[in-house]
Amino acid sequence: MPSLARRNLLHDRVRLVVTLTGIVFAVVLSAIQLGLFVGFQRATSDVIRHAGADIWITSAGVTHLETGVPFSERKRYDVLATPGVAAVQKHIVRFGQWQRPDGGQESVMVIGVDLGGTMGRPWNLVAGSVEHLAEPDAVIVDELYLDKLGIAGIGDRVEIGGRRARVVGLTRGIRTFTTAPPVFTSFKHAQDYTAVPEDQTLYLLARVEPGADVDAVVARIGPRVTDVRVVPADRWRVGQESYWMFGTGAGITVLIAAGLGLLVGVVVVAQTIYAATVDHIKEYGTLKAMGATNAYLYRVILQQAALSAVAGYGIGIAIAATVAQGSLAGTTAIILEPPLAGALFLLTMVMCLGASVVSINKVTRIDPAMVFKG
Amino acid sequence: MTQPATNTAIAVRQVSKVYGGGATAVRALHDVSLDVQRGEVLLMMGPSGSGKTTLLSIMGAILGASSGSVRLNGEEVVGRPERDLPRLRLAHIGFVFQGFNLFPALSAVENVALALDVRGVRGREAHRRAIAALASVEMDHKAGSAPADLSGGQKQRVAIARALVGEPTIVLADEPTAALDAHTGATVLALLRRLAHERNRAVVMVTHDHRATAYADRTVEIADGRLVAGEGLPAGGDGLRRPTSDPLPPTPGSLAPDS
Repeated sequence: MPSLARRNLLHDRVRLVVTLTGIVFAVVLSAIQLGLFVGFQRATSDVIRHAGADIWITSAGVTHLETGVPFSERKRYDVLATPGVAAVQKHIVRFGQWQRPDGGQESVMVIGVDLGGTMGRPWNLVAGSVEHLAEPDAVIVDELYLDKLGIAGIGDRVEIGGRRARVVGLTRGIRTFTTAPPVFTSFKHAQDYTAVPEDQTLYLLARVEPGADVDAVVARIGPRVTDVRVVPADRWRVGQESYWMFGTGAGITVLIAAGLGLLVGVVVVAQTIYAATVDHIKEYGTLKAMGATNAYLYRVILQQAALSAVAGYGIGIAIAATVAQGSLAGTTAIILEPPLAGALFLLTMVMCLGASVVSINKVTRIDPAMVFKG
Repeated sequence: MTQPATNTAIAVRQVSKVYGGGATAVRALHDVSLDVQRGEVLLMMGPSGSGKTTLLSIMGAILGASSGSVRLNGEEVVGRPERDLPRLRLAHIGFVFQGFNLFPALSAVENVALALDVRGVRGREAHRRAIAALASVEMDHKAGSAPADLSGGQKQRVAIARALVGEPTIVLADEPTAALDAHTGATVLALLRRLAHERNRAVVMVTHDHRATAYADRTVEIADGRLVAGEGLPAGGDGLRRPTSDPLPPTPGSLAPDS
């Protein structure tokens, strides 16, 4: 015997379409907004996440990546001498001014890589290699931003901060939250492009010895190196994400939109399920008279809601995934990974089951004697 | 289901029902006593508002009595907590409604199987029993039809199959012919009578239709909440049961199932 819930749903096609439209709308809106949130979050911290460092050392008081203040690069040796530290590299992340070949200006995020080590390097290279950064004036840019930077690709020559630069490689999909395209170059060139004094650095990246406790090493570095902030990479990343996503309000806006999507879904689904319950009230009364318990009736209503949730989610997530896939070709990524999709499924199910509460309340109060009223 | 020791399916004793309270209280039933035997068709007649539907609802364990006693196959109903009533209905009662109350989204066989689903019987077993119930009312050839594709008489026969499929000893029918033409109504009444006699069910019918008396073993009349005509408590105990070969009384029109 097929479930009464499924048959009732399919019997009233118009109502089913309305219900599914509401759920699909809620799922698509929420998925895209939450995917944007994740995309923005990643963009704020990708440079940290991919740097491969265990510890970041900045000038004292620096709270996030884009506001680094130069400090003496000699502190690198003090850090390196700390027990538990395996490697230390200089690193620069700082805004610079890119002069397009057509004379226009663009802010860029210059990332200066210490080519003597393996931390802080560009990733997702699709043309050229990191070793090419050792060449004079060499920079690597992301192909997403070629138009914005006014160039066609490898070999193009521009100026950054009034100094010559030449594109020697391309990455794919490295985005920044600030819309300033990332430009990887050697540490030395980055000093030139961003006016960091010759004996100074913005960051030191440290890697601990295998098996060493990062927090313990951080605690040991503190007393040895003055006027700096020593932060485990994870905490530095979280601070960076929190600053941009919540400190600036950008993330809250996106989350509110996602919440509104879910709210709209709850209202639409609750309204349609309630209307369906009222339409079928005599059937529920008949079931009660036949001996069905309230639990049986709840099961019918909840099954109806759950089936709507599964169908609506399936359609909604397929649409959202298509949109997300399309977004990867642009500078604003909607990242819809399995954990988020799974969480959205649970949210959709909770939304639909929650929307059934009003209907459940209605059938609880049905008087089975109603069946004798003609 | 445990076989009752006696043949009395429904024993109503001094049942009263009062709606509301205080100055606005309405007494719908006054100390009604009534027995219904297995194998018997009892007809309850009376004008609108006389209390017959209230009595049917109390017999069906879907409405509580204000006082008195109602036993279904020996099991007391009055005073039971509300959560026990669905089980009592499942165990003892099958309902046939004036408006058929079929589920439009389900086929005939699924409508019948729904009564088993409520009892926790599902799958092939439910389907087999539902088909058998439809066959008993000569509707198995319409098993896959939607209610919308059935005539009024066919719908009522499916509803009767649904009432029977759980093997209840009691069938309560509320105006089972009110929505049917005379010929179809006669067919349904004959069917209810046959199932009472052949399958040893107690059938209680509420109706305004005087033609139904021809199909009843006993008729009681209710007015202003009281039994005013007919024997509520037959002196002969369970002697009203008819043999299964009992010929049907004269009926208007043919008794052949409508199509």
